[in-house]
Amino acid sequence: MTDIILTNQPLSQTACMDFVAQPESGGVCVFTGNVRNKTKGKPVLRLEYEAYAPMAYSEMQKIADSIVEKWPNTYMAIHHRTGTLQIGEAAVIIAISAPHRGAAFEACQYAIDTLKETVPIWKKEIFEDGEVWVSAFP
Amino acid sequence: MSTTASYTILAFAAAKDILGNSKTQIELPSPATTDSLLKALKAQYPEMVRLNSLRVAVNGEFAEVNQPLTATDEIALIPPVSGG
Repeated sequence: MTDIILTNQPLSQTACMDFVAQPESGGVCVFTGNVRNKTKGKPVLRLEYEAYAPMAYSEMQKIADSIVEKWPNTYMAIHHRTGTLQIGEAAVIIAISAPHRGAAFEACQYAIDTLKETVPIWKKEIFEDGEVWVSAFP
Repeated sequence: MSTTASYTILAFAAAKDILGNSKTQIELPSPATTDSLLKALKAQYPEMVRLNSLRVAVNGEFAEVNQPLTATDEIALIPPVSGG
């Protein structure tokens, strides 16, 4: 059971945790990625997220499918923001429940690591003196 | 006799900035593939070469190397992703 959301509205940890709370789930792992106030020491004013939405959904669904295959009886919520985010706001929340903690930890790490490689979502850092798409150029 | 066809390309993030638009028409010699698309783009927009990576998605899936393209495909340029 999977809940995948891409939204320009603030994310809710409670919504993610509620979704994965199941009677057979003994372990719940939640990862939240927040907007940091600096990058390599340089102050960041805000971030702007853009997504290729239909493909972002299908790539997140692939992550969910492979998690259920690797770690049976897991439930997960993957919620990702788009649009303009201020410092401290959650850009992504991944909650995964499993019968035991080991699978919950491993699946959660796998989910965020894979999301960062395969899901077509981009963030632009806005500085006082300019802006840059993260990881785009050397 | 060589023929060409026009393809609509979606672009995101840094690739969109380089093209100056989220949607661009590009003329490619037939039969077109993802490789001939990338080659043409890099020739027309040299800034594309500077990207750390540039993948092509066809109909919402990352394309294979040298995948054939048809004019009705939804073709998208995927610069390095940075979600999370």
